[in-house]
Amino acid sequence: MRASGATKRQQNQRLTRWVTLAGVGVLFAIPIYSMFEYSIRITPQNKQTWDAWKAITQNEQLSGAIRVSLELAVLTVTGMLLLLLPTMIWIRLKVPWAKRLVEFLCLLPLTIPAIVLVVGLDNVMSWVRYLTTPGPLALTFPYIVLVLPYCYRALDAGLAAIDVNTLSEAARSLGASWTTVILRIIVPNMRSAILSAAFLAVALVLGEFTLASLFFYDNMQVVIVLIGLVNSSISVAVSLAALAFAFVLLFAMSFVGTRPKRREARS
Amino acid sequence: MTEPATSAPREDAGRGVQVRLDGLTRVFGSVKALDGLELTLAPGELVALLGPSGCGKTTALRILAGLDTATSGRVFVGGTDISGVAAHKRDMGMVFQAYSLFPHMTVRHNVEFGLKLRGIDGGKRRARAMQMLELVGLESQSDRYAHQLSGGQQQRVALARALAIEPSVLLLDEPLSALDAKVRAQLRDEIRRVQLEVGTTTLFVTHDQEEALALADRVGVMRAGRLEQIAPPEELYSKPRTEFVAEFVGLTNRLPAYVSGGAATVAGSRLPTLAGSVEEGRGTALVRPEQIHVRADTDGNAVVSASSFLGAISRLTVTTDDGAHLVSQIPRTSVQGVTAGDRVAVLIDPAPVLVIGA
Ligand SMILES: Nc1ncnc2c1ncn2[C@@H]1O[C@H](COP(=O)(O)OP(=O)(O)O)[C@@H](O)[C@H]1O
Ligand SMILES: [Mg+2]
Repeated sequence: MRASGATKRQQNQRLTRWVTLAGVGVLFAIPIYSMFEYSIRITPQNKQTWDAWKAITQNEQLSGAIRVSLELAVLTVTGMLLLLLPTMIWIRLKVPWAKRLVEFLCLLPLTIPAIVLVVGLDNVMSWVRYLTTPGPLALTFPYIVLVLPYCYRALDAGLAAIDVNTLSEAARSLGASWTTVILRIIVPNMRSAILSAAFLAVALVLGEFTLASLFFYDNMQVVIVLIGLVNSSISVAVSLAALAFAFVLLFAMSFVGTRPKRREARS
Repeated sequence: MTEPATSAPREDAGRGVQVRLDGLTRVFGSVKALDGLELTLAPGELVALLGPSGCGKTTALRILAGLDTATSGRVFVGGTDISGVAAHKRDMGMVFQAYSLFPHMTVRHNVEFGLKLRGIDGGKRRARAMQMLELVGLESQSDRYAHQLSGGQQQRVALARALAIEPSVLLLDEPLSALDAKVRAQLRDEIRRVQLEVGTTTLFVTHDQEEALALADRVGVMRAGRLEQIAPPEELYSKPRTEFVAEFVGLTNRLPAYVSGGAATVAGSRLPTLAGSVEEGRGTALVRPEQIHVRADTDGNAVVSASSFLGAISRLTVTTDDGAHLVSQIPRTSVQGVTAGDRVAVLIDPAPVLVIGA
């Protein structure tokens, strides 16, 4: 009785899961497919053409902007990890009372509208422009601020999943310096959290439009919009490509994140 | 509290070094976790620090390991003051209460970790790791990960890992408290065997008196950041210096007593008193259950209110005619046939007792 009830519940659960998955899938697939449709036809007579896709590689303004966006993504991820990881580990180990404060600071950018952020950042950015070679890569700094809330959450979950205190004390007593503790003990154990933080940052940077346009820098999204004014097929094709890239990244991450040899614990 | 009674440390110096904690005090805000702790471990000795939760055991261990800094006081290892040495340069093996194996490394790589940091080359490292795993009986598990091991196995690997670096001192912070009773007793004996084999000076922290008594050369009872008494297990049990020690180490009966001329009259028996007892007049005698014998006697002055069978010994609870409850723990054969409700005579072994102020 009990067993068959459980089986039935399992079946129901599986069904619900598939229905939900299919529903969400369709929800996403329709606009994506429409974008694709749109990007490969230019005439109202439904004539298909790959011109828009070919143009992505040929349009120099576009490929330059894509390169800028990718560089920004790499720099933002690096900067974010260098800033957040040691800080968060240190707070967990040495100043646990400051955790709430840092969490609040990291989540703050989420509540501030981009336009307000720009007004505030403008002073800072003029210094950045003054001190460094002015160029779109200066966006790295505001982007790091922008990705903080998401990356903080991801990294915090990763840290919470391991006993940072005990592991680092064990490593310390075995002769590890703090650098060794962080690089050889803590980081390898939160690999998937670091990857998801990095992915979120990449996705955010590749999709960012507001800040770049308000600071007058040409990143991928800004150029997509510019091209869209002239040739909407190309801009849709690029958007779709960016989406596909993000999807591949997410997919790859879900594999890298899981440990290869995970068997049931014996007790 | 006066100076704790210190028995002479063990003489047969092993391969270990002497460790001395000198007036350690640690203050956390308004909490005094350690209050002038004095403790000396002889080379190769295993000392257990025993005390209730929150009495400062972990704090003492962490300061010795360099993981925490004392507010005042110093730590000496082999006669050298190491108070200013960073944790990772202290060469101390540590086993924690919480499972502490590095989850992303195999058992063998865990054990090799400390050796790798010391720049020992691959082949030698591996050999040493396997030797250590053999010592704790886990050489067959060397390629597994922590999550594939039981709790007891994980703690054994942690022990092997701590010993692999040939530490000057081995520190164990309640390593058995997360394990179930059977594994606990087994691993306890194993820790003792391994410790004797390697001869490392060892400090073992626990709140379990049975564990401390079974394992240690000497047991130090801690209370509120200080050492109340340190002595070999038998001495601690038979000659507690304070009420706290008597109560914390083993079951104790509290009986009204009258002290005169260096002996106490307890339930009609004359018993010698231990150092630290009331000198003269009324008091309360702390009497071990083994010291209390009962004999079936219809004219006796007590009634058995409960009896339980503990294997070779029996535990009887008796109520005397003047209303006192006593627990007696005696060989089963000597009370065969005595059951609840029977009238008995109570006799007290003339072993020395501690008599405290009434
Ligand atoms: N990091 C800390 N911050 C504040 N108080 C602490 C800290 N560590 C320990 N304490 C306090 O010090 C006392 C002793 O703690 P501890 O050494 O862990 O006791 P034990 O190991 O004997 O249970 C406790 O009252 C505890 O609350
Ligand atoms: Mg503790």
